[in-house]
Amino acid sequence: MSKASSIDRDIQRAIYRKMYLLKANDDRVRKMLRAGRVVATYYSYRGQEVIPAALSVNLTDGDYLCTIYRGIHDMLAKGLPLKDLWAELAGRIDGTCKGKGGPMHLTYPSKGIMITTGVVGSSMPIANGLAWAAQLEKSGKVAVANFGDGAANIGAFHESLNLASLWRLPVIFVCQNNRYAEHTAYARGTAGARIADRAAGYAMPGVHVDGNDVEAMYGAAKEAVRRAREGGGPTLIEAMTFRFQGHVIGDGDAYMDKQEKAAALAADPVPRYRARLLEAGGATEAWLAEIEAQVEKEIDEAVEFALASPYPPMSELERDVLAEETVS
Amino acid sequence: MSAIPNTGASQMTILAAINNALADAMEADDRVLLLGEDVADTEEGGVVGVTKGLSSRFGNHRVRSTPISEQAIVGAAIGASLVGWKPVAEIMLMNFTTVAMDMIVNHAAKLRYMSGGQTHVPITIRTMTGAGIGNGGQHSDYLEAWFAHTAGMKVIAPSNPVDAYGLLRSCIDDPDPCLFIENLPGYWAPGDAPTKGTRVPLGQAKIVRQGSDVTVISYSRMMVEATNALQLADSKGISVELIDLRSISPWDKPTIVESAAKTGRVLIVHEAVTPFGVGAEIASTLSEALFGRLKKPVMRLGAAYTPVPFSKPLEAAHAPNAERIAQAIKTLAAG
Repeated sequence: MSKASSIDRDIQRAIYRKMYLLKANDDRVRKMLRAGRVVATYYSYRGQEVIPAALSVNLTDGDYLCTIYRGIHDMLAKGLPLKDLWAELAGRIDGTCKGKGGPMHLTYPSKGIMITTGVVGSSMPIANGLAWAAQLEKSGKVAVANFGDGAANIGAFHESLNLASLWRLPVIFVCQNNRYAEHTAYARGTAGARIADRAAGYAMPGVHVDGNDVEAMYGAAKEAVRRAREGGGPTLIEAMTFRFQGHVIGDGDAYMDKQEKAAALAADPVPRYRARLLEAGGATEAWLAEIEAQVEKEIDEAVEFALASPYPPMSELERDVLAEETVS
Repeated sequence: MSAIPNTGASQMTILAAINNALADAMEADDRVLLLGEDVADTEEGGVVGVTKGLSSRFGNHRVRSTPISEQAIVGAAIGASLVGWKPVAEIMLMNFTTVAMDMIVNHAAKLRYMSGGQTHVPITIRTMTGAGIGNGGQHSDYLEAWFAHTAGMKVIAPSNPVDAYGLLRSCIDDPDPCLFIENLPGYWAPGDAPTKGTRVPLGQAKIVRQGSDVTVISYSRMMVEATNALQLADSKGISVELIDLRSISPWDKPTIVESAAKTGRVLIVHEAVTPFGVGAEIASTLSEALFGRLKKPVMRLGAAYTPVPFSKPLEAAHAPNAERIAQAIKTLAAG
């Protein structure tokens, strides 16, 4: 029997449900891509489920999320509906963006999902602006900017951290350090052992945390969100994780350390947390089996919905460029 | 009071007109924000004082000086605009927009489309530029063609105080990202004063002078050179229709095509380099619309295809001037 969790049982369960949803959805996307039923360039987040699951239970629908091309896990955890997601992945009119954004540009403002960028580092400057709005409105909302370890080396990271600290913005910078920037291993592209250490240069708290450990990630996120909501300014969280499927679906993994990858796969955080919930009494097998079946059914329905949805009509080609085209 | 009060005088500089437009927009709408390097009064309201008095009047929370971080400036403007604010971001010099191109081109211009119309980016980016005061190769360029080539944004370049005021108010009102180009050497040129609250619609050119022999189309500071050209001997006796384009994107095709159809002879003048420029787009459009009806090939007059040089005689030779414009008008009118 392992140590009891410090997290409320309902929250533990909410986190696991999200983790399972993220894993199952990624598995399904890859299956559909292999079968040729959906055609898209896809950046799998498999292996990184804990970070958004444990973070998002600290957020409300009104809080803002800016994420990146490898960010569908962030959005699903924030509440992106599966049907809207799948229709967008399939390029259909019922997608979040009428099929015009695709997997790299999902947007869903009613759940605070304000932008998804395909450009490394570009989630951060825009998250600052959303946080600035929250500060001006005194709304208590926070903005979360997700990015990878590779993004810590682009100018936008440094400009954004400096401005956020200077203006004391309610923003949480979440670096999902999955050890590789595209095909380049961390140590071959990044000077300094920890990205979290860079926070000190911008006079903000920097937290280095095991992003595959639910308790640790939940605690770090909760503290950062509290600080931001209370006017204490930004936090940089470096959450250590691993991506199981390489940079983009179809890439070889010759650039990856075989032992490191094998160890990461063996420590898959989703079944690991499932086992822990069972051991520590957070959930019963019956409950787990029920919600897993529920999730699979929801994904089935979403896929079916997406593939039955029509492609956007040609009138969409030139609509939404400017307001004038939107109303015409 | 802004530090550059509208005294009701009949004349005003472009700089004062822009300051007045910002003050009036902030007064009319609490959602209008200003951000950029040195824009607050602690930093003297900008390096040439365009935003002087605004932070004192509207508060440092609405008029925020920023670090020298162009990506962070435009990004913050985009983010705030996504949830209903109307930020006016200043990028001090047009060449510095290059540092923020990802935010401007990949994000501000595309978010409406990529989100399927769920979000939009009602920001205005003010930026100054222009050769003539020895600023050399990285502080003087006219880069409007790059932005006009980007779907999803508007590009505006006024030449006088009335248009500067009215177009800037329209940019701030507009629901999409607007790039507002200010000519640095021309800031202090006086002209007719704008009337408070008056808008100049985006996308409308202005026929400054009617004529029947040659159409001359220009914008920004080159409008001053083109106006001066009409007083020179080479163009005396030639009936010139002078059009201030004012909006580069979207541009006023009906007015331009109608004038070209009337005169059959067209000269386009801009301070940007000639190849692949705004003049090429207009010339191509006129060729498509009026092939066979033009009396002469459309002529373009732009800067030499070089960086802007520092040395005075080279800098003076780089961009068109009144004499060269007058010569071009004479060439077009002959035969």
